[in-house]
Amino acid sequence: MKEVKISLVGFGIVGHGFLEVVRRKREMLKAMGLDLNVVSITDITGTVYDQSGIDFEKIQGARTLEGLANMEATGQAAIEEIESDLVVEVTPTNIDHGQPGLGHIEAALSQRMHVVTSNKGPLVVAYKALKDLAKENEVQLKYEATVGGTMPLISLVEKNLVGNKIHSIRGIFNGTCNYILTRMMEEKYPYGYALNEAQELGIAEADPTYDVDGIDTAGKVVILANSIFDMDVKYSDVDVTGITGITTDALNLSWDRGYLVKLIGDVPALTVKPMLVPRRSPLAVGGTLNAASIETDLSGTITVTGLGAGSIETASAILSDIVGIYTNTRL
Amino acid sequence: MRLSMDLELQDIPGQLMLSLEPFKTYKGNIISVVHHRDRKTPMGKIPVRLVFEIDKPNIDKVKNQLEKDGIVVARVGEDRFVEEMSVLLVGHVVHTDLGDTINRIDSTGFAEVEDLCLKMPGIEDPSSAYMRIRATGKEEIEKSLSILREVGLQKNLLVIEPIEAEKI
Repeated sequence: MKEVKISLVGFGIVGHGFLEVVRRKREMLKAMGLDLNVVSITDITGTVYDQSGIDFEKIQGARTLEGLANMEATGQAAIEEIESDLVVEVTPTNIDHGQPGLGHIEAALSQRMHVVTSNKGPLVVAYKALKDLAKENEVQLKYEATVGGTMPLISLVEKNLVGNKIHSIRGIFNGTCNYILTRMMEEKYPYGYALNEAQELGIAEADPTYDVDGIDTAGKVVILANSIFDMDVKYSDVDVTGITGITTDALNLSWDRGYLVKLIGDVPALTVKPMLVPRRSPLAVGGTLNAASIETDLSGTITVTGLGAGSIETASAILSDIVGIYTNTRL
Repeated sequence: MRLSMDLELQDIPGQLMLSLEPFKTYKGNIISVVHHRDRKTPMGKIPVRLVFEIDKPNIDKVKNQLEKDGIVVARVGEDRFVEEMSVLLVGHVVHTDLGDTINRIDSTGFAEVEDLCLKMPGIEDPSSAYMRIRATGKEEIEKSLSILREVGLQKNLLVIEPIEAEKI
């Protein structure tokens, strides 16, 4: 049995989802020979630490660690102080400077800990530097959850499509935009009304700019470009147009001619823009779904689809990365 | 020159091969053959559309040979526009001179705007226009798209392009 001591950094929606997934799957993983033991949880208020493993019942129902923390150290300091094998970094993303996630990931890799993250910011800002740091310290940095949530994309390309040359990856990488466009199309709602509905359902943030202006999709395009296409690009290299200018009339006109309008991220073209997608295309998915078409030289074009967000779904991608690290390095 | 030809074949084995024979004789280059087995004519014949390239003097020779072989040539004509694409424009499409936007494509000589459909919700609100553009080839389609992108920038219109079918 391989025991993996995990430090969880970030106790928001994804952090909660990760703990729930570990709780649900722990016995199954043990049967596979992997004992995931969460020894610390950190948020901005402090850190809960127990070297023998945190009792999840003690933190159940808590939204933050305020009043529960038994260590004052947070962030980087906590990572440096606590001895663990792997850090799960799920703090809020910032694609301008990557912090605080960037500092957390650098600290963890420098301490020779594997890192699994759902945080796009650090990878958009410093992908190459982080990969080099991981290599230098002989540990792994995994980030499947940063692109397309639960939809397997990076691992699909790295494992199952190994040997193929990837010509392009095009797809829908933002569930919020896809939901809004779907509702505008199906219900003939104007943009503002569909956005309000998405906000009420918790699909869109109170400030939806990050999603509807295409910034989130552009961040994913950068990660795919750097990781799969070995490019060295940053956010400003992506030509971005969001969905705020799209009218219900435009969607209806396109539907009548056999098309849907979807916000499409394209690598290596480095574009994010609304595009006409044939209604029968495998990319013509509705609601909050994400979808990506991978054009290869040997396998033709492969399309994957799945839920792009959600706490349990994102945690599922994180868990898959963790298992991947220990499967590949042998238990 | 590139042409398309509509033939009507008897529903018996060997007719398609027979219909292609004159193209071999008169050095025609077949681009595509679409066999509409599911759309028989009232006379029970099978429509076939051929697209091909051939020297102009040989067109009539091919046609005569086909008719001599008992094949009905329903139509033959120059097929200049072999590629097409759909595009959406969103913004003040009319007040930024829609006629000029269309003319920028039509005046190229290699592409034309067809099937324009416009929705104008109100003077202040953005309009939406669907247009189908036909062009003499893939490269010309791409050039038309570049023209529209340029127009979009100049007139502050959102240009929604089609995703390339072969990449999805």
